[in-house]
Amino acid sequence: MRSDRSTSAPLALKLAAAAGLLFLHLPILLIFVYAFTTEEKTYQWPPPGFTLRWLAVTWNRPDVWQALSLSVKVAALSTVIAIVLGTLCAAAVSRTRFFGRETISLLVILPIALPGIITGIALRSAFSLMEIPFSTWTIVLGHATFCVVVVYNNAVARFRRTSGSLIEASMDLGADGFQTFRHVVLPNIGTALLAGGMLAFALSFDEVIVTTFTAGQQQTVPIWMLEELVRPRQRPVTNVVAMIVVLVTALPILVSYYLTRDSDQIAGAGK
Amino acid sequence: MTAATITSPPANPAILPARGGILSSLSDLFWRRPKFLLLLMLLPPLLWLGIVYLGALLALLLQSFFSIDEFSGMINREFTLKTYSELLLPSNIDIILRTVTMAALVTVASAVIAFPIAYYAARYARGKWKALFYLGVMLPLWSSYLVKVYAWKLILAKEGILGWLLEKLHLTWLLDAWLSLPIVGGNSLSVSFTGTFIVFVYVWLPFMILPIQAALERVPVSLTEASGDLGASPGQTFRHVVFPLALPGIVAGSIFTFSLTLGDYIIPQIIGTSRLFIGQAVYAHQGTAGNIPLAAAFTVVPIVIMGFYLWAAKRMGAFDAL
Repeated sequence: MRSDRSTSAPLALKLAAAAGLLFLHLPILLIFVYAFTTEEKTYQWPPPGFTLRWLAVTWNRPDVWQALSLSVKVAALSTVIAIVLGTLCAAAVSRTRFFGRETISLLVILPIALPGIITGIALRSAFSLMEIPFSTWTIVLGHATFCVVVVYNNAVARFRRTSGSLIEASMDLGADGFQTFRHVVLPNIGTALLAGGMLAFALSFDEVIVTTFTAGQQQTVPIWMLEELVRPRQRPVTNVVAMIVVLVTALPILVSYYLTRDSDQIAGAGK
Repeated sequence: MTAATITSPPANPAILPARGGILSSLSDLFWRRPKFLLLLMLLPPLLWLGIVYLGALLALLLQSFFSIDEFSGMINREFTLKTYSELLLPSNIDIILRTVTMAALVTVASAVIAFPIAYYAARYARGKWKALFYLGVMLPLWSSYLVKVYAWKLILAKEGILGWLLEKLHLTWLLDAWLSLPIVGGNSLSVSFTGTFIVFVYVWLPFMILPIQAALERVPVSLTEASGDLGASPGQTFRHVVFPLALPGIVAGSIFTFSLTLGDYIIPQIIGTSRLFIGQAVYAHQGTAGNIPLAAAFTVVPIVIMGFYLWAAKRMGAFDAL
């Protein structure tokens, strides 16, 4: 603890930090207001009136439901794949030092570090070269690739904190490798994996750039929204869907924060 | 592995019963040959990333050396550098320069806005406030990209909240004057470069805050105290001690802001002018035009730029701040 230091910040710093945080949050809050506006054609502010009508209209739209179910399916599949691959990679990288270790971390980070459009068009041209038709699995293939890094980051941070002597102790006490994994390693990294999985789910649920290249004619929720942004059909429905998306993605983030809050700062665990 | 004598302890087994058979011998094998286990653990992720990702990247690179037949529109699968020479057409150079300039401006602006937030969160926020700051950055970072872009369309539209606010403040003339400027202006903010710039900064800002905060948290307080004891003013301490130590964090954050801006094609399409960015050019060439070779050549530009960027960042020690 740094108790010996004065804890008050200069006023200018406080103002700048507060202004920055407001800048980050106000636009998202605005979505919640627009979801209830009675105005149908323009983005008029302040809203002329408020109504709950659009919630019901959205509820009865089959295309919204289809997009939602595809998005959930893709996100769930990608998350499972990402958890398996990310954990394996993190375990290998953190427990041993070997030749090419740095390269592996780089390889995992690359799908996020390079612009998404490159991943997207690369996958698309690979699909077309190999004549693979678009399906749910082509979307999953792309999503899982960049979701690995999220799980990997969380798992590596947790492995770093988990002391190796625990594993040795378990072995000394007679547990074999699988028992050690089941009873010692897994309980230790479980919450980190869950948190990484949550973030992977949110990331996949929200992804649009790679998806436009790997989806063909299928519509996930972000593709549906993009379509509405480029060629608006019914703005109020878009507003409601936007609000739902904000709520759906906020939940896994809060849960994942709750799961990892006691661990050391996983800074830059970002996308 | 000698726990076989203990068969079934009643409630809470201190030592788990050893299993016989394949699992047990597998476990022994892993113990005796850690390299084998390592290989087994690395194989699935490496196969996945190697085949799906690197394979696709190579396929893309390969296509950039093909060319398109101008008459039939068919792809000619012969090695040629013709497609790359098309990149050097003035209109394409224009696109590349525009994108890189935008990426650089966005990076600088987000660093300036991010620094105070990161600094406050790292140095002053404690306990509940710290958690609040963390969530305050994480929630916007993870909330839907398209929703954020959409929110800005609502804000920047002519009849939107920003226009309304400026009208209430009697500042509409200022907005009009800005919009009448040549390059940055336009009919309304939502169809101008200014609008594109604001949205880019907004969307990538959290990616800048987190690494800077991580770098600042690592600066020991004793260093700033020592600097003060040695007679430096707070400004001098900041310039000569804190800022240089935070620099790797800024560079790490700039990797994200720069790379993400280089490749984005949705923000300039929804909020911006009709003049293209690299991402839009790639999208247009591979889609309606069917000119995959040129699209592939275009994607090589950000790859090369990011390659140099990452190399420079690594030299500055930015990867430790990730």
